[in-house]
Amino acid sequence: MLLLALDTATPAVTVALHDGTDVIASSSQVDARRHGELLLPAVDRVLTEAGLKLEAVTGIVVGTGPGPYTGLRVGLMTADTFGLALGVPVHGLCTLDGLAYAADIEKGPFVVATDARRKEVYWATYADSRTRLTGPAVDRPADIAERVAGLPAVGAGALLYPDTFPRAHEPEHVSAASLASLAAEKLAAGEELTAPRPLYLRRPDAQVPKNYKVVTPK
Amino acid sequence: MTDSRDEPLVLGIETSCDETGVGIVRGTTLLADAVASSVDEHARFGGVVPEVASRAHLEAMVPTIDRALKEAGVSAKDLDGIAVTAGPGLAGALLVGVSAAKAYAYALGKPLYGVNHLASHICVDQLEHGPLPEPTMALLVSGGHSSLLLSADITSDVRPMGSTIDDAAGEAFDKIARVLNLGFPGGPVIDRYAKEGDPEAIAFPRGLTGPRDPAYDFSFSGLKTAVARWIEARRAAGEEVPVRDVAASFQEAVVDVLTRKAVRACKDEGVDHLMIGGGVAANSRLRALAQERCEAAGIRLRVPRPKLCTDNGAMVAALGAEMVARNRAASSWDLSADSSLPVTDPHVPGHDHVHEVSKENLYS
Ligand SMILES: [Zn+2]
Repeated sequence: MLLLALDTATPAVTVALHDGTDVIASSSQVDARRHGELLLPAVDRVLTEAGLKLEAVTGIVVGTGPGPYTGLRVGLMTADTFGLALGVPVHGLCTLDGLAYAADIEKGPFVVATDARRKEVYWATYADSRTRLTGPAVDRPADIAERVAGLPAVGAGALLYPDTFPRAHEPEHVSAASLASLAAEKLAAGEELTAPRPLYLRRPDAQVPKNYKVVTPK
Repeated sequence: MTDSRDEPLVLGIETSCDETGVGIVRGTTLLADAVASSVDEHARFGGVVPEVASRAHLEAMVPTIDRALKEAGVSAKDLDGIAVTAGPGLAGALLVGVSAAKAYAYALGKPLYGVNHLASHICVDQLEHGPLPEPTMALLVSGGHSSLLLSADITSDVRPMGSTIDDAAGEAFDKIARVLNLGFPGGPVIDRYAKEGDPEAIAFPRGLTGPRDPAYDFSFSGLKTAVARWIEARRAAGEEVPVRDVAASFQEAVVDVLTRKAVRACKDEGVDHLMIGGGVAANSRLRALAQERCEAAGIRLRVPRPKLCTDNGAMVAALGAEMVARNRAASSWDLSADSSLPVTDPHVPGHDHVHEVSKENLYS
């Protein structure tokens, strides 16, 4: 087994290779505005480091978010197209599950929260690092304060709002290494992973910018 | 060209607005033109919603690539390159296409060419009428663009002569159709009504045609307002609006200015070819008047069939094939989408290649 994992749902552009036993190469760069530029060179670097070609990959794992849409789509479109070109399966994993796995908490419950911008967080609760209890959802921190009160929390969304998440700690962003490890574990256990479809959680903003193609109602 | 099998086989991806286009060409021969449009999803908003377009591109991309390959009857491994619209256009929408093209090119081990949307609109005519004459004057008119461009080499040298200072020509058609309650979209319906009307019935203004106005720029905002006012005045007076005459006179004002300026630009620059592209190029009066005026001026007119005039992947593939044929530098893996890519950059060469100092082919 050789899994290529990638995630662009948080400010991190992160890529990893997993041979079924271990992560054999990985790369993580934090730059929320350059997912499109950074992802392919990172894939190339990780493969080079492992001394492998993309053709050797037997499956793709991609973080399905939730996350800011423009960046999120870079990872999903890349994974989809790799799958098409290589003829290998593309597996989706909730990005928050990858963060929960990296948090390595045996006994919860705990919260994973990432920055959803617009003063909101994407969040989910976990019984342990492998078991999601609720979510993912998108909310204002103040609106969920009661529900997460007293719980430890990980992720940039928790670190950003200490009033709601006083027990927030690292990891801040998801790593493809933990996504890959989680996926390898699930696949080995014969579990089905989800389809690589984006978790947007919000409807699109229906604002038409000026000077763009007019489409008139029928 | 010798055996057409020697010509570059290129797949092109276009996602600058609401059409997910994937085209495949061999040199100047069209093999496939697959398009998935999200236009219906935008209709209730009255215009293209960028986030709706981006979501639709992500869903449509893989099936559209598949469809194009089947239609062309070629195998992905035989491609000589992957081309993609790098800009200009909607940033988020462009990024979906660029991400797909990069992953596809990388996985197949093929060179990647990030190309300019406007240059692609010009280059598509090679699929209809053979190699572009050099230089070519191009008039691009659609709901999104109205520009006059001069290209000496479509892969390296495109100069803006003029463009609209306010609305695109296509927008004016939609607006007037709406005021006339003609149904939508505006272009085809105005064209149809105009055929039965008198283009000289009402003297609508010709924007930016005064002696001191910029010779090649366009303005359609004033015309739009003048036509709307004229109609409203009739209605206010309780008179019937002569829809056919209004449509014909309005359309005449638009195409008169477009063709007059295009022909003048050809004459001024000593160019004997004019190509017209973009969705508005489907307008029958624009085609007829352009033909008449070009003939009178000794200019050859080239207008591709309507499906190649609107946004599509074949136009991107056409320009990509030209990049391969002329040994232009491929783009690098960190190619980004550039929503305001200047028209003067027909493609985005990789920075790790030798600089194209002389615009000569450095690789042969
Ligand atoms: Zn266009």
